[in-house]
Amino acid sequence: MNFAMVLKNLGKLLVCEALSIVPAALVCIYYKENEFWSFLYTIIILIVLGVILIRIKAKNKNIYSRDGFAIVAIGWILLSFFGALPFYFSGAIPSLVDSFFEASSGFTTTGATILGEIESLSRGILFWRSFTHWIGGMGVLVLVMAILPSAGAGSMQIMKAESPGPNPGKLVPKVKETAKILYGIYLIITLVQLILLKLSGLPLFDSMIHTLGTVGTGGFSSRNISVGAYNNIAAEIIITVFMLICGANFALHYQLLKGNIKGFFKDGEFKLYIFIVTVSIILITFNLNGNIYNSVKESLRHASFQVASIITTTGYATVDFNTWPSLSKLILLLLMFVGGCAGSTAGGLKNIRILLLFKAAKRDLLKIIHPKAVYTVTLQGKAVNEQTLSEVLGFFFMYVIIFCFSVLIVSFEGKDIVTTISSVATTLGNVGPGLEIVGPMGNFSSFTVFSKLIFSFCMIVGRLEIYPMILLLMPRFWAR
Amino acid sequence: MKVIIIGAGKVGYTLAECLANENKDVTIIDTRVQALQKIEDNLDVLSINGNGVSTSILLEAGVASADLLIAVTGSDEVNMVCCLTAKKLGVKQTVARVRNPEYSDELSLIKDELGLDFIINPEYTAAEEIASTINFSSAINVERFASGRVRMVELKITCGIDIIGKKIKDIDRQSNSSVLIGIIVRGNEVIVPDGDEEIKENDIVYVVGKMSNIYKFCKIYGRYPDKIKNLMIVGGGRITYYLYKLLNDMNIKMKIIEIDKTRCEELSEKLPNALIINSDGTDEEVLMSENIEHMDAFLSVTGIDEENFMSSLIAKRAGVKKIITKLSRTNYINIVRDVGLDGIVIPKRITTNKILKFTRGADLQSLRRILEGKVEILEFVVDNSSKLINKEIRKLNISSNTVIATIIRKQEVVVPHGNDIIRSGDRIIVITMEANISTLRELESAVIGGNQNELRNGIKKLGKIISM
Repeated sequence: MNFAMVLKNLGKLLVCEALSIVPAALVCIYYKENEFWSFLYTIIILIVLGVILIRIKAKNKNIYSRDGFAIVAIGWILLSFFGALPFYFSGAIPSLVDSFFEASSGFTTTGATILGEIESLSRGILFWRSFTHWIGGMGVLVLVMAILPSAGAGSMQIMKAESPGPNPGKLVPKVKETAKILYGIYLIITLVQLILLKLSGLPLFDSMIHTLGTVGTGGFSSRNISVGAYNNIAAEIIITVFMLICGANFALHYQLLKGNIKGFFKDGEFKLYIFIVTVSIILITFNLNGNIYNSVKESLRHASFQVASIITTTGYATVDFNTWPSLSKLILLLLMFVGGCAGSTAGGLKNIRILLLFKAAKRDLLKIIHPKAVYTVTLQGKAVNEQTLSEVLGFFFMYVIIFCFSVLIVSFEGKDIVTTISSVATTLGNVGPGLEIVGPMGNFSSFTVFSKLIFSFCMIVGRLEIYPMILLLMPRFWAR
Repeated sequence: MKVIIIGAGKVGYTLAECLANENKDVTIIDTRVQALQKIEDNLDVLSINGNGVSTSILLEAGVASADLLIAVTGSDEVNMVCCLTAKKLGVKQTVARVRNPEYSDELSLIKDELGLDFIINPEYTAAEEIASTINFSSAINVERFASGRVRMVELKITCGIDIIGKKIKDIDRQSNSSVLIGIIVRGNEVIVPDGDEEIKENDIVYVVGKMSNIYKFCKIYGRYPDKIKNLMIVGGGRITYYLYKLLNDMNIKMKIIEIDKTRCEELSEKLPNALIINSDGTDEEVLMSENIEHMDAFLSVTGIDEENFMSSLIAKRAGVKKIITKLSRTNYINIVRDVGLDGIVIPKRITTNKILKFTRGADLQSLRRILEGKVEILEFVVDNSSKLINKEIRKLNISSNTVIATIIRKQEVVVPHGNDIIRSGDRIIVITMEANISTLRELESAVIGGNQNELRNGIKKLGKIISM
């Protein structure tokens, strides 16, 4: 392990985090709030630490893949820890563990909260909570690469470790340019949604909070009962569409910008994603109609918002879906595992993996019928190599194992089964709300400190797609 | 600048590495996933898995908006077809590697017919390099500038040479300043020396000047080059074929040792007068029986690095003065140097350097990169509007990591001093440690103006501090 380079890069990360706190501090100044000082202290701490780390001299300037993983894993833990400081300093969240939970929930774009009462929080704190979604969504280290010079070849290792999906690729030859393009698209989507939400009648500050929450597929709201508080159909439609957009692969958005509209219809993953969304909406609409709501229109409205919100792992809610019939709730629970597309800001297993798993399963079945036949798994007409397939299988296994272990640990609390299972599923998938106690109108405050740490761990594990965090726990990883 | 490279082999990899370091957008295409994996892991380039001949793959790589396509796959035919297709699809320039001797006589025809902008034949180029080194036996390496009027010779300072411990200005005075010691390599350090620099034992120096003057220089300091009359070549590959053709006119007797019988027969068909021995070149017995002790020079150019290394060691033991070893991979360079085999030829590197020179554009007359590109030697024609002309060189404030090595004015070759003046139309040869210079203007802005330069370096340093 090249410790010097790892520390150096972590230093860069901390300085970048300091910069990312500045907007929240400006909001405080604008609304003349006292929380400004807690932001300022955090910025000072971050800059001092960051500069010390950056000044470390490295003999070997190469970043190998394990260094990349270490940077990403340790980086995200530090990020969440320092991101929690403003909450703690300002007294908005009195406990440090709770603050850490809230910050990791923010950066990992989960949107799960331990706060019961949000509306009384200061605007600066609310803004910072949502802004963490925005940075965490596209990846903090990707941002570091986009704005800082000297992103060499090694930075590809970092990008690979941070970006979601089995095979994160570059859009253009240079990592730095790729990072810039991704953030450019991200920024455009953000601005468009902000303008549309403002036009739909939401106040500017609320539009901002919900835009940041949507494009990062996070889910922190400025209202206790989330988007439902506005009862504004236009805003709901806008948020639904933008959640779905941000749950799709950003490489496709780039193709679209280059004038290649067909890319969307040719992409197998995108087709599966839209298919799952459509089927889920239809099923839930029929399930709700007559049961909970009296008109198809009303059922469709809430079904589509909730489905989009859960599958893109955003976690906004317009209604308390905890009161829905069990078929609808079960579909939502399953969607938490599916998640969005590779290369998006969403979490979960990702549609591409589900698609490949299905194809691999089909191939195995065919092999039983024709034992000597040779089948290759293809994706858009291109063969998928065996290594990718086995990585996907391995990933699926790890996801399930971590889910099982976490459920076991959390079940020591003695909460009911649905709460326990859904709370782990929702944090591991970076969704936000679960069912029962942790449902859309509930929160995570009733769990013990230990469980909260487990949840925070699950969120970061889910965001970084398992490997970086698990590697940190392996002694071999640290050996020379 | 957008560059597409087809073929991720040794040359493809090195080219991608150099071009990416020169901040160009590189896309590399290959059919082998593993080769691409290595590139993806180590370099900041985009890789595409597929066949470079396929139109859809080329389009995916953005051929229409690319500036340059370099085809360096293992097959000549694939390379030519790639270039042809790419040209039709709108790439501005194409470079192909064509190495089969059967095509070598028709290269200019192929070039015109297929619209290629540059063809490189690595074995022929390597043979040329070897030939020029053999012509000047004291040198490790010889490079040609200004169509051969100026040479740069790489010399190793071993004991017995009269300049150890002397300062450059004294050497200048003694030799009448007809040559310039442009670079000194001491261990891992590269020095662009000034007059007070002292030469030490085991330094490698690069001497630039007119050929006759370099001869004189070597004569004064006791390294007069012997005329090579007998040469033994181990390995009968393509390099040997070209080399034989080049050296045959110079009255050098050659013995070619090749292990493969059919290859021997092929060679003997093509080179009817050559002496070809079908035997194992790594067998000391065989070499002894072929009188290796009486050879003036020994050359090992088989396809296997390890065999070349071993044969060269045998030759060294037998006391051959001039030994040249061909290496395909750069991994062994340091080991080979350490045992005292200085004459090393790496066709891959020669190919890369030639292509890199081409990518820098037409302004650059010649480009030599030595020491992995740490130092570059550039040749330019100075035009009317240059800032360099009509001023005494000392007043130009040239930065300390750069030297103007020679000025060539018609037939005259001058090693310049502070009082000399560059005029429009002169050719200049510049040794510099500044990277990535492709035009005279870039050279001017990079090296002129001491104060400005300090400021610029300061900013650069600041940038580095921030970024690191």
